Parts: sequence; C-alpha cells; structure tokens
Amino acid sequence: MAFLSVEQVAKYFPLSEAASAAGRQATFCVFRDVDVRIAKGEFVTVIGHSGCGKSTLLNIIAGFEEASSGGVILDGKEVTEPGLDRMVVFQSFALMPWLSAFDNVRLAVRAARPAWSKAEVAQHTQRYIDMMGLNGAERKKPVFLSGGMRQRVGLARAFAVTPKVLLLDEPFAQIDALTRGVIQEELVRMWTAMRNTVFMVTHDVDEAILLSDRIALMTNGPEARLAECIEVDIPRPRSREAMIDTPQYARLRNYILHFLMQGAHHLPERNGLGAMNGGGPLGVASPGRPLPRRRSAAVP
Amino acid sequence: MAEPTPGIQSPGGRHALVISLFLFGIFLLAWHLATLRPAFNPKGLSDEQLTTMEFNGDIIRTEEGSYIYDPKKARGLPGPWAVARKSVEEFGEAFQKKGTNDHGIAYLIRYTVLRFAAGFLSASLVAACLGVLIGLSATLYRALNPFIQVLKPISPLAWMPLLLYSVQDPTMTAILVVFMASLWPTVANTAFGVSALRRDYLQVARLLQLTWSRRLVKVVLPAAAPAIVAGLRISFGSALVAVVPAEMLLGELGVGYLTWIEWNNLDIAGVIFAILVVGGVGVLMDLGFTRLARFVTYAE
Repeated sequence: MAFLSVEQVAKYFPLSEAASAAGRQATFCVFRDVDVRIAKGEFVTVIGHSGCGKSTLLNIIAGFEEASSGGVILDGKEVTEPGLDRMVVFQSFALMPWLSAFDNVRLAVRAARPAWSKAEVAQHTQRYIDMMGLNGAERKKPVFLSGGMRQRVGLARAFAVTPKVLLLDEPFAQIDALTRGVIQEELVRMWTAMRNTVFMVTHDVDEAILLSDRIALMTNGPEARLAECIEVDIPRPRSREAMIDTPQYARLRNYILHFLMQGAHHLPERNGLGAMNGGGPLGVASPGRPLPRRRSAAVP
Repeated sequence: MAEPTPGIQSPGGRHALVISLFLFGIFLLAWHLATLRPAFNPKGLSDEQLTTMEFNGDIIRTEEGSYIYDPKKARGLPGPWAVARKSVEEFGEAFQKKGTNDHGIAYLIRYTVLRFAAGFLSASLVAACLGVLIGLSATLYRALNPFIQVLKPISPLAWMPLLLYSVQDPTMTAILVVFMASLWPTVANTAFGVSALRRDYLQVARLLQLTWSRRLVKVVLPAAAPAIVAGLRISFGSALVAVVPAEMLLGELGVGYLTWIEWNNLDIAGVIFAILVVGGVGVLMDLGFTRLARFVTYAE
C-alpha cells in the first residue's frame, strides 16, 4: 500500500454569481481525477506550467485547502488539516522576519517536540542548522540573508521536524540560478541521508530530473489532469555534473520539454491516465522504451 | 547596517545642522528686532501727562531727570532676552514649592509626565487587547466598526464634562481625557495589523499546530507589532495634544496649566516659556518612545 496516496482528487472553484445566474456552469474546474501514489522514502515531483493547479494540489496534501472530491491518505489516515507530519517548504520561504534563523527553526522543533527540554530543542535545532550549512548565519534575521540562505533555513525547519512527508512548493523558484544549483545538490545530499518521502511541485525540468524518483506530468488547466508518470532511471547518488552526460538525462529532458512545449495537452487514454491507473498504484510509462508519439490532435 | 544612518555624523547631517542653527539664529534676530521698543520719547506730552504716566508706573525718572520706560513693566510681546531671563529664573527655582499653585517647573513636568503616562499606558493596553480581538474576528470587526467610527472623531476634550460629572475628580478626569485621546488610533491600527497578517505566517502556524495562545504570542503579535507601534505613535501624539488643554480646563498642575497660570499673571514671557517647555517635554517623551519602538519592529 502506498505511504501517501492522492485519490481521485478534484478541485473546483465557484465562479461569480453573475455567471451562475446566466445559467452557465457555476464552477471552474482546476483539475480532476488526480491520482498519485507515493511509496515511503520516494521522491515524487509534479511538473507543469504555471496555473495548472500543481500548487493547489500541494496545498490540498498539506491540508491548507480542501479537495472538492476525492481525498488524501497519509500512512493510513485521511488528511483533514495541516499538521507536523507534512512540512511545507514554501516558495516565499515563509520565515518569521522577527526571528533569527535559529529561532525560526527552533520554533518548529519546539512545536514538534513539546516534551523536550530547552537544551534538547536547542541541540536538535543546531544540528539541522549545521547540516544545512547555516553556521555563522544562525543569529541573523532573514532580512539579512540572501534568498539561498533563507531557503536553507526553510529546509532546515522542515527537515528538523522529521515529518512523514516533505512538501516542496517550487522551493527554488525565487533563488538565483547559480545558488539554486548549490542548494539543489545540498537537498540531494540531505535527502540521501534522511530518505524522507518528498512531494515536490516545480516547473523546472532539470530540478525535477535531478531530485526525483518519478515525475508526474500535469496538463494545462482548466480541467488539468496528471497525464503520465515517468520514472527517472538515473542512478543515485546524483550530481548535476555527472548527470548531464548520461543518455537517460537527455532523453528524459527532451521528453518532458516536448510535453511542456506541445502545450501539455491531455493525452489519449491509453498513454496517459489509462496507463497510469491501469499500471497499478505506481503506474509508470517508462521512457526507457521508445517513447509513444503524441499527437496534439488527441485533445479531447 | 553598513549604510550610514542620516544623522549628525554624516556630512548631510552636518549640513542640515548648520542650516538649522542658521535658521534659528535668523528667527531669534527677527524676534528680537520685532519686539524691540524705541526709547521713550517725551515730546508732545505735557508735564501733567508725564506725571500721570510715572504715577501709573509706565515710566520712571532717571537720575539725570529724563524719562525712560519702566523695564519692570512688560508691554507688547517680550523679546528673546526676556524669555531667556524668565527661563533662567524658572529653572533656578525648579525644585521649589512656593504655594499651592506655584510649584517649580521640575514638579510641573513630573505631574504632566505621570498624568500622561497613566492615561497613555492604560489606553494602550486596553486598545491593543481590543484591537487584537477585533482583528482576529471578521464578524467582531464588522459588528464593532460602526461604534468605533462614531466614537473615533469625537474630540477627547468633549468627554470632559461627562467624565468630570461621573468620576467627580479632576485628577482622574485629566487621566481619562488622555486615555480617550490615545485609545482609537491604537485600536484601529492593531485591528488592521492583526487582520492583514501575511498568509505565510498563518500557514506556518497551522503547519506547526500551534495552540491558540502560542499562535497569538509567537506569530500574531510579533507580526502585527509594527502596525501596533504605528498606532501607538499616533495615539502618543494625540494624547500629548490633549493633555495640555485638559490641564488648563481642569486646573490640574502641570506644564499645560503653567501657560494658563502665566496668562493669569499677564506674564507673556512666562507663557512663551511654558509653551517651549511643553514642546521640550513632547520631544523628550517622543525620543523615549522611539527607543522603545525599536525593540519591537522588524525589517521585512
């Protein structure tokens, strides 16, 4: 059984009253029929264009938003509200500007470990500060830290809680490209050591390939769907430098970019959703085999 | 941090200081010239008129037999020298109590500061609590807003007769007038600050499953602190404006009442001195407040 399973989740937003009064459709469908099964210790990424609803999906898993239908089950329990078992790393960092880097992490550790003494909390906090390479910056307020350093604090905060699932919401989108690579590799290192279950959303193809075990491709909204789920068969441990020379990397990258550039259309049932759902809970369309030709005429 | 703060240290600050001193010099000179009186000219006055004037004390006869104005009798607006002499005299007896209504300036400042502090601090406490409550609940906000809108524009002095009648104690009434003056800006700003909290912070608080009280202390209040301080600052100014007329009208000893005493004494130099003291006390209290505010604000 999957550790984290997103089952038949759909999200509808109500439209304006004027639209429903005019007799038109009263709701707007962001996405529907979304199924994701994630095994324990797996790193799964959803990639898609802006506005396809991938962040909304993440918010539903986090418990910030409610699914209009379907549900999310984590470790045998349905998700109803946000909790410490699902830590989010935000695109906007979401650090408390009045707290130092250390205190930002400590606030989370104290909340997660109410039984611990102050010394234990401080020690645990310091360990994760050190692990993310924040030595020397821990007494600084976020405003005095660069974007990269801020997200290190965000990652330290999330890892320090030792959640069942880490939810990464485009975590490196606001970080300059050079720093981004460094932090991505640090995340790889961190993840290799901790083997957390991770669900990430992004629109960065390289980032997705570097970090993920599997990548789910999301079609454009409205009524977005998960088109297919591809396995990243590049052996770990990965580094960007070693990875870009592998043939798997080129093939995956091309495949995903083609998907995104062709407008991320809905795929015909047999390649897309059908393959995913039919192929068991971890439905895989392996790009190791010759890739299926997709025609844009297949839009339903 | 490395950026020089505009002040006396930086060259710009030094120029500004020079200009300030220059303008002050011009002002003093203009004041001095405008209040300069020509020497007494007895031409065209009969001996009888001169005798009457001498009898009234307007003029005195010098040893040489000519007449000059009596320097002890004030006429027209006093010049800067007169005010300076009065100031030296007042500060010389700052710690003397000569009678029920004639306390030294140090005592008067103390009375005003204490009265101000009692009203302002109690109002700040009440206003901050009320503001947080209103800010947290959109329903309460909407329910209480009409009352606040009606009460806010009422001059704090307008409450005075009612307060005097109901508490029957001028000391308490003066404090309550200050209280009323400092209440509304803080209420409005706190409510705004709390209700306009960034979503990130609340999401983190939800993730960490902070209890209501912990969320208030660790997230809501620190996040709203700059808005609350801005409210306190407006309240501070409005309370400072209210304390002077409250003292005048109620006959409560203080720097505000000093202006009125000196007016009753027809000592215009004393009135100007009292006005300057009110300004000086305001500046000193504002400086103290700025120090305090620095502790609770943060940079984003």
